[in-house]
Amino acid sequence: MADKRGRFGGYGGQFVPETVMPALTELEDFYNEVKSDPEFQAEYASYLAEYAGRPTLLYYAKNLTEHYGRGRIYLKREDLLHTGAHKINNALGQALLARRMGKRRIVAETGAGQHGVACATVAALFGLECRVFMGKEDMERQALNVFRMRLLGTEVVPVTSGSGTLKDATSEALRYWVTNVRDTHYIIGSVVGPHPYPMIVRDFQAVIGQEVRKQIRTLQGAKLRYIVACVGGGSNAMGIFHPFKDDHEVKKIGVEAAGKGVDTGEHAASLSNGRPGVLHGAFSYLLQNNDGQVIEAYSISAGLDYPGVGPEHAAFKDSGVAEYVTVTDGEALAAFKRLAQIEGIIPALESSHAVAYLEKLMPLTTKDEAVVICLSGRGDKDVQAVAKVMEGL
Amino acid sequence: MSVLTERLSVQKKMGRKGLIIYLTAGYPDMDTTLAAVLAAAEAGADIIEIGIPFSDPIADGPVIQKAATLALNRGATTAQALDLIRRIRAKTAVPLAAMTYTNTILHYGPEAFMNDFGAAGINGVIVPDLPLEETDLLADVCRKASIDLIQFIAPTSTAERIAAISKQASGFLYCISTTGVTGVQALDYKPIAVAIEAARKTTNVPVAIGFGIGSPAAARQAAKYADAVIVGSAVVDRLGSQGVNGVRDLVGAMREELDREGC
Repeated sequence: MADKRGRFGGYGGQFVPETVMPALTELEDFYNEVKSDPEFQAEYASYLAEYAGRPTLLYYAKNLTEHYGRGRIYLKREDLLHTGAHKINNALGQALLARRMGKRRIVAETGAGQHGVACATVAALFGLECRVFMGKEDMERQALNVFRMRLLGTEVVPVTSGSGTLKDATSEALRYWVTNVRDTHYIIGSVVGPHPYPMIVRDFQAVIGQEVRKQIRTLQGAKLRYIVACVGGGSNAMGIFHPFKDDHEVKKIGVEAAGKGVDTGEHAASLSNGRPGVLHGAFSYLLQNNDGQVIEAYSISAGLDYPGVGPEHAAFKDSGVAEYVTVTDGEALAAFKRLAQIEGIIPALESSHAVAYLEKLMPLTTKDEAVVICLSGRGDKDVQAVAKVMEGL
Repeated sequence: MSVLTERLSVQKKMGRKGLIIYLTAGYPDMDTTLAAVLAAAEAGADIIEIGIPFSDPIADGPVIQKAATLALNRGATTAQALDLIRRIRAKTAVPLAAMTYTNTILHYGPEAFMNDFGAAGINGVIVPDLPLEETDLLADVCRKASIDLIQFIAPTSTAERIAAISKQASGFLYCISTTGVTGVQALDYKPIAVAIEAARKTTNVPVAIGFGIGSPAAARQAAKYADAVIVGSAVVDRLGSQGVNGVRDLVGAMREELDREGC
């Protein structure tokens, strides 16, 4: 739980210009009100059920289980949600918040485009004006999502400042918000940014873990021992981990992107290889050079290449609530292909990192143990990019 | 009394408005920054802000972002900025403030930063991503090093916030003219004027208006509401297009306009 000043074991905080502080306070007060408002929660739940398609399945991956011949593997199918990823959980919740606050405009940043598409979608649904900042390079990598956002009526703004990726898109979205704070709500896409965002996004994503809690009755005698999720900013991982935070029998494993390898310097493993610092309003693990300049993250997956990470993950790492590991581009690509061919499910490249970790994890499991993978998104958006790098597909 | 407060107070007693000029360390290179700082001081700047470049300056608009990126690409570091400040201090007594982001100071170590930069000649630090809620991080180390930690108020600041922030103010109070980032634009000063009036009930430190002031006429207009004006993007832009002489001319013209009767 975040304390009054938004700290998770020393991480987090509100490192933002004074101009937006009143808006953060307003948001926090407003959120605390609706959090305990049954009417708001019922409205949110009904949109999740009837619009987004919740609850999502906890699918027993029989073929993949047989492939490893050890514990039972279950996939939490966030990829089956409307718009194709878990991002809609948060976008819906925050758009409802914005509407209640009387803000007619929303602004968002996006990396892979999934959060941008989710925001564009809810903006269309609720008649809100929407603007999404996206790195120029990401716009090229994820052209399909750019088209989807524009089709949904959202203005997609290319970001060329800095290195032109998610980090810079987030800075631009923050600057836009600072400028238009009176009538605009900023929907951050992950459990990052200044307090109260890491808490709000976590709460809206916690539905993933809450459902898993109910669904584990169906594990057919096996005992849930592991939950594995990919971590960029960390929203799907926090969403599935948090409801199991105090459950020491269940090991939570966050998988960061090792890119071309953590030793090459071209990776996005902030928790595994970064040092604590301040970026985008929060104190957390951060990829930075010897002068405290933020280093550009790299991953084949646009949704993971962010040099920071949610502050609550930083606290989880230090306190041992969760463990964080890394998976390279190559391992993720192999998992992408493996899941497609063995289960007939094409995972997002982000989620492929979690799937890839099964290679290391499964030999350690026994037949009566269950592993839940958060399949955070579907891979349709990635097929073109993957086709380029993967021969013989 | 703090050096920054004293400078602006002396001006006030003489019926003059203060002029605070911002320059990015290492833009376009450290030697030119040094020359530009000296030129600005000679042309009538009361305080110079030295921006230490950071990779992700969320409070800055395009001009200062670009200057920081260029400086970093050319290899500018915090250590070089420290050296620049020593070189400036060897040549002029003009009051100096370092402007940078929290991560730069955290990475250097807050205590070491204030000790080293204080010894080099810095009189104040301006950290735009350190609001009142987070000032504990630097307040003590700044006090120990006798460096003013500049506080901000914005047009969006509530009455409670203005009172709490003003209570912490030292050096001068940085009043953000508009909701937005740094960069020249047409402005409506009424919202910040109301905030300044409220702040003056709590604090006696001089107030300075910054963000968006691009010309001598704009400086004169903004100065009506405050004890001093802060000019950044316009000066950095001028340095890029017309070099050190361009900075001297712009600062001189601003000084003249501020000193003209009726300001």
